[in-house]
Amino acid sequence: MDRQGQIINPSEDPHLPQEKVLKFYRSMTLLNTMDRILYESQRQGRISFYMTNYGEEGTHVGSAAALDSTDLVFGQYREAGVLMYRDYPLELFMAQCYGNMSDPGKGRQMPVHYGCKERHFVTISSPLATQIPQAVGAAYAAKRANANRIVICYFGEGAASEGDAHAGFNFAATLECPIIFFCRNNGYAISTPTYEQYRGDGIAARGPGYGIMSIRVDGNDVFAVYNATKEARRRAVAENQPFLIEAMTYRIGHHSTSDDSSAYRSVDEVNYWDKQDHPISRLRHYLVSHGWWDEDQEKTWRKQSRKMVMEAFAQAERKLKPNPNLLFSDVYQEMPAQLRKQQESLAQHLQTYGEHYPLDHFDK
Amino acid sequence: MELSSLLTRRRVGMAAAASTAGRLLRLGAVRAEGHCRRLRRAGLERGFLQPTSAGKDAAQKRHVAHFTFQPDRESQEHGQTQKMNLFQAVTSALDNSLAKDPTAVIFGEDVAFGGVFRCTVGLRDKYGKDRVFNTPLCEQGIVGFGIGIAVTGATAIAEIQFADYIFPAFDQIVNEAAKYRYRSGDLFNCGSLTIRSPWGCVGHGGLYHSQCPEAFFAHCPGIKVVIPRSPFQAKGLLLSCIEDKNPCIFFEPKILYRAAVEQVPVEPYTIPLSQAEVIQEGSDITLVAWGTQVHVIREVALMAREKLGVSCEIIDLRTIIPWDVDTVCKSVIKTGRLLISHEAPLTGGFASEISSTVQEECFLNLEAPISRVCGYDTPFPHIFEPFYIPDKWKCYDALRKMINY
Repeated sequence: MDRQGQIINPSEDPHLPQEKVLKFYRSMTLLNTMDRILYESQRQGRISFYMTNYGEEGTHVGSAAALDSTDLVFGQYREAGVLMYRDYPLELFMAQCYGNMSDPGKGRQMPVHYGCKERHFVTISSPLATQIPQAVGAAYAAKRANANRIVICYFGEGAASEGDAHAGFNFAATLECPIIFFCRNNGYAISTPTYEQYRGDGIAARGPGYGIMSIRVDGNDVFAVYNATKEARRRAVAENQPFLIEAMTYRIGHHSTSDDSSAYRSVDEVNYWDKQDHPISRLRHYLVSHGWWDEDQEKTWRKQSRKMVMEAFAQAERKLKPNPNLLFSDVYQEMPAQLRKQQESLAQHLQTYGEHYPLDHFDK
Repeated sequence: MELSSLLTRRRVGMAAAASTAGRLLRLGAVRAEGHCRRLRRAGLERGFLQPTSAGKDAAQKRHVAHFTFQPDRESQEHGQTQKMNLFQAVTSALDNSLAKDPTAVIFGEDVAFGGVFRCTVGLRDKYGKDRVFNTPLCEQGIVGFGIGIAVTGATAIAEIQFADYIFPAFDQIVNEAAKYRYRSGDLFNCGSLTIRSPWGCVGHGGLYHSQCPEAFFAHCPGIKVVIPRSPFQAKGLLLSCIEDKNPCIFFEPKILYRAAVEQVPVEPYTIPLSQAEVIQEGSDITLVAWGTQVHVIREVALMAREKLGVSCEIIDLRTIIPWDVDTVCKSVIKTGRLLISHEAPLTGGFASEISSTVQEECFLNLEAPISRVCGYDTPFPHIFEPFYIPDKWKCYDALRKMINY
């Protein structure tokens, strides 16, 4: 669809039912609302760090919708919309950001490093592109398991410069793995624009060099993303080969709360994308023109989604942090004797010096 | 800042140059000044996010640092000084280097606009885009590329954005840079390579923004590893690394980038490598640390004097390899007791090397077993950081036990 939400080529209209398209819209807007509130909460010192997804919601939701719910997802860190589409509860997003005792990750990682076993979303790690060869291995195992399952691996155009990306692509092709490589080309890697990241024709052009079928899509057109991912998935399963999708989009927000992008790009440039080519706006135009959405529903939904986010937020903030014993577990599956000794020494230390530690905020 | 020529058809020409990076950059990443931050931004919706009292307390507790930076007395020996924090001291060193040495170049991720910690602010404008430039996002590439520059004799100053991300470059550092001179019979070397990288805990860095990987590199003959405790030390040590004829890794304690402020000479000066510094003399026990932890043990020394009447000798190791065995041993021979402390995990941490060597050299002088107060043998946790780090209470407790041994 175009920027006004009109289908350009009717033969490419996925003809998705109203409920599904409304789910797209609600996922993207709920994510946007959550982003705004959590970004602000970091500025206020309530959480330590945050990364927003502004402008890239279409890439997350369009691709997630085209997958089976059991397809394994390896992400980088800017794919929260995939989890949102898979109905990951707000409570758990917040729990991870607050590192509270409800966090399935047990408070060990910085905010936005989500993971969910039930929803087949592998826990995020900060190092870039490390997920790429891992995703390929997982795809190989899925092939052998004959489970009609694929793996999708998300990364940015910056991460694609890492050596791990080269390794991943080449392994996927030579070992014939059912994987979708999904590159979010959002224009920047922190301050580094694409002109300084690569000199070739983006990431899609690299695929054929490895023998990987590749396509470039308009990442802000949620239907285009959906179509490409759907077809890639179908063929990956049928043919056991990798596919590369490069979704062109734009990082409207700063890299993270540690970044002020006005230092390296103009506010005009950002406003252009925000106002002229935003995946949420484009989908809203589509919905409205089909009579599936209107001003009143928009107002109601905005209020409702804000309320949901604020409630989850307030709850998350009130909760205690996990018991400090969880600092020591899961290093290995079994706890080594030396580590148990260290755990005991901390317990003893806290008996004498506990007043100097924020024990009140942690679960006993 | 120059206008980017963004060539793809989807980009709109940038209307205005961004103002100087220094003014607008906010560094949420480094937030350890120990005071309450500004909690409200102008323009925040009224009633938006009312703080609960629990929230406020949590915010205040979170931002109290585990150390207090102690500036050293102002140096008189190097001419006029200026108040600088640690990242400004780094910028000053880099500025001096590029001014002096026309072959010197600085490169890495995001260094062009000034760097995520502002260490390279202004340098691209001053020295040109061929001398201060961004590379693609690839640490193995950054170091390999840097080695190549150095092989030709030019000065390469590479930045790895966080020490936690240095591992893709491990092969280039350990198998290539460290062995270049040796394997070629001194026909070739990459001595004019320096790698700089932010290092150490920062209050909220979690697994991948807090690491101290010096122990991995300590096991590698052929490179030097250097860690400053302050802006004055940082500039002098970094300049020494850049001039040193061996590949050097310079780890910069990120928690000190803004928190550490002192008078630093404007002109270049060097501080010798492989020389530890006795920053306080004492008679009862030797405390050894490096980087941020030096300030922790300084406070421990104060506590020891006040509560136990114990006199501590404090040593900042400064260079991890090759390390200054003589200074440490001379001190232990005098005091008879040694406590070493570092954030990195205990097992295989550099304290084990120091401990092992000291017990070899000073066995009969020791009044008590050597004590190591370090991070636990776990990855660096996010929410549990206050419990993980070897803070002054753990160090004090270990000291107390040693004195009473």
